[in-house]
Amino acid sequence: MTATRDTAAPAATDLRTRPRGFEIAPILGVLAREWALYRRIWAPITFSAIVEPVLYLLAFGMGMGALVGTIGGYDYIEFLGTGIVAMSVLFSSMFPGLIDTFVRRRFQHTYEGVLAAPVDVRELVTGEALWIALKAGVYGCAPLLVAIGFGLEPTWAMLLVPFVGVLTGFGFALLGILLAAVIPSIRTVDYVISGLITPLFLVAGTFFPIDQLPGWAQTAALVNPLYHCVELVRGFAFGIDVLAALGHLAVIALFAVVVWFLAVHLMRRRLID
Amino acid sequence: MTSSPQSDRSALRHEPSSPQPAISLRGVVKRFGDITAVDGLDLDVPEGTVMGLLGPNGAGKSTTMRMLTAQSLADEGEISILGHPVPRESKWARSLMGVVPQHDNLDEELTVEENLRSFTYLYRVPRRERAAAVERALRIAHLEHRRDTFTEKLSGGMRRRLLIARGLVHRPRVVLLDEPTVGLDPQVRQELWGLITALREEGVTVLMSTHYIEEAERLSDEVALMAKGRIVRRGAPADLIAEYAGRTVEEYAVGLDGIEVMEKTLHAAGFTTRRTGSALSVLRAEELPDSLRDQLGSGMRRASNLEDVFVTLTGEKVE
Ligand SMILES: Nc1ncnc2c1ncn2[C@@H]1O[C@H](COP(=O)(O)OP(=O)(O)OP(=O)(O)O)[C@@H](O)[C@H]1O
Ligand SMILES: [Mg+2]
Repeated sequence: MTATRDTAAPAATDLRTRPRGFEIAPILGVLAREWALYRRIWAPITFSAIVEPVLYLLAFGMGMGALVGTIGGYDYIEFLGTGIVAMSVLFSSMFPGLIDTFVRRRFQHTYEGVLAAPVDVRELVTGEALWIALKAGVYGCAPLLVAIGFGLEPTWAMLLVPFVGVLTGFGFALLGILLAAVIPSIRTVDYVISGLITPLFLVAGTFFPIDQLPGWAQTAALVNPLYHCVELVRGFAFGIDVLAALGHLAVIALFAVVVWFLAVHLMRRRLID
Repeated sequence: MTSSPQSDRSALRHEPSSPQPAISLRGVVKRFGDITAVDGLDLDVPEGTVMGLLGPNGAGKSTTMRMLTAQSLADEGEISILGHPVPRESKWARSLMGVVPQHDNLDEELTVEENLRSFTYLYRVPRRERAAAVERALRIAHLEHRRDTFTEKLSGGMRRRLLIARGLVHRPRVVLLDEPTVGLDPQVRQELWGLITALREEGVTVLMSTHYIEEAERLSDEVALMAKGRIVRRGAPADLIAEYAGRTVEEYAVGLDGIEVMEKTLHAAGFTTRRTGSALSVLRAEELPDSLRDQLGSGMRRASNLEDVFVTLTGEKVE
């Protein structure tokens, strides 16, 4: 608690711009914190985010692939590789959105400290979701690379996959944050995982095409943003017309916007009394 | 403790001080369901002063602090910080404020240094000044040698020191301290007192809640006594003591049997008393007539203090 003379640093506060409205600076502040943390814990996160989808890909691709042969004219491992990109994005965005956010809010009170600084709930939520989305976008490419190793033809359009991953990841991170603001205890997470996350990725055309499913499930798939992510990734690999691509993109973007508003609203209710 | 943590800001201090108080609350009400935590609170803290906020548990001190950062929204009334209405311009207000909360909310996932650095970002300390700001905060917290320790591995007192230093990392003009000395050893506590004095010398406004009345008496220009969501009295410690407790207090070991009778007698004679176990303290004892003194037996005389005022006015004993 020593007071120290420090003539090197001038008064920062008074020189600062006037913080008002929705700003980038606090979002960068939240990202900086995440980066500081990530620099230390990147290894296990990276390991599980890459190894898990790759194992799925290898096991199902080779095991099932031998039985299935081709789907819609593509090798099963190519079909699966493109589908697992979406699964990987879902898992690496929704789990951290749900669990990390819950733990930080409920147990660590991290957000109490953040919100005493010039940061508002919108910026906090956006920053947390954006960070998770960036990670999901990057990690989501791993299965695609593996599929390429197994003979999937690389295309220029595949360069768009990370962007789709980031946008989809943003939406699902926000969905996780939204649920983290709603669930009463950490035990409730199991309901979310089995009741929401698993169906989301099963009814999305990741492991098998949805046209084999009953009509209601196909309809459900159409409102599942993950399905549109799958379609886009697959389209970028195998060809898709621009209008269809824009349609899928619009659904994902709409989803992201809606969950952003909901997540902000629900988090604000939890954090501000 | 003679040097100052924000000495280089003194140039700014000599601007003509603004007419409005640094912190202003007007008719502020905050309800939580049936509980009215803050009930029509009026308080002005003049710029560059230290205001001690005293009050029994549940008086609404922390709720008041949280409303100043807009982490709790008032149901009624007006709040402003350095002329910025809260919550409308609360983000602006928060950039000028440093906050040390009652309940520790350090980032458990980060080290000591990372905690401080991440707050330089959140408080928008310019890039060139970040490293110096972190070093300065590490010195304030006495944690230079523990910079790479995770906060969960720190002792309770170290955490508290880090929490305080974190609240000062951006050189705030207004500092909110909610029970800052809880869990600190006497040495560190006195250092914190020095730090608060130094902040005050530089014109920083401090609002500090505490249950250590001696601390409030020693540090505050003024104290505000809070009970049931309102300010019941406010003034310089010496003035409050003179007004409510006189110059001296005498303590008599009257024993549990006689205590009630004695209390009645003293009250009838217009004296204020307080019980401490089986002992009875008489306020404004310099006015005690010899006849009463004889009945009380042998007593001990001491100077009146703020605790006497506090207990008299809030009707509750703290700690
Ligand atoms: N989030 C909340 N929800 C419901 N009630 C609350 C909430 N926060 C505070 N209260 C209530 O408001 C009242 C004032 O609480 P507050 O924490 O402001 O008191 P305090 O003066 O800081 O007390 P202490 O000295 O014990 O810290 C209490 O009755 C408390 O139970
Ligand atoms: Mg409190």
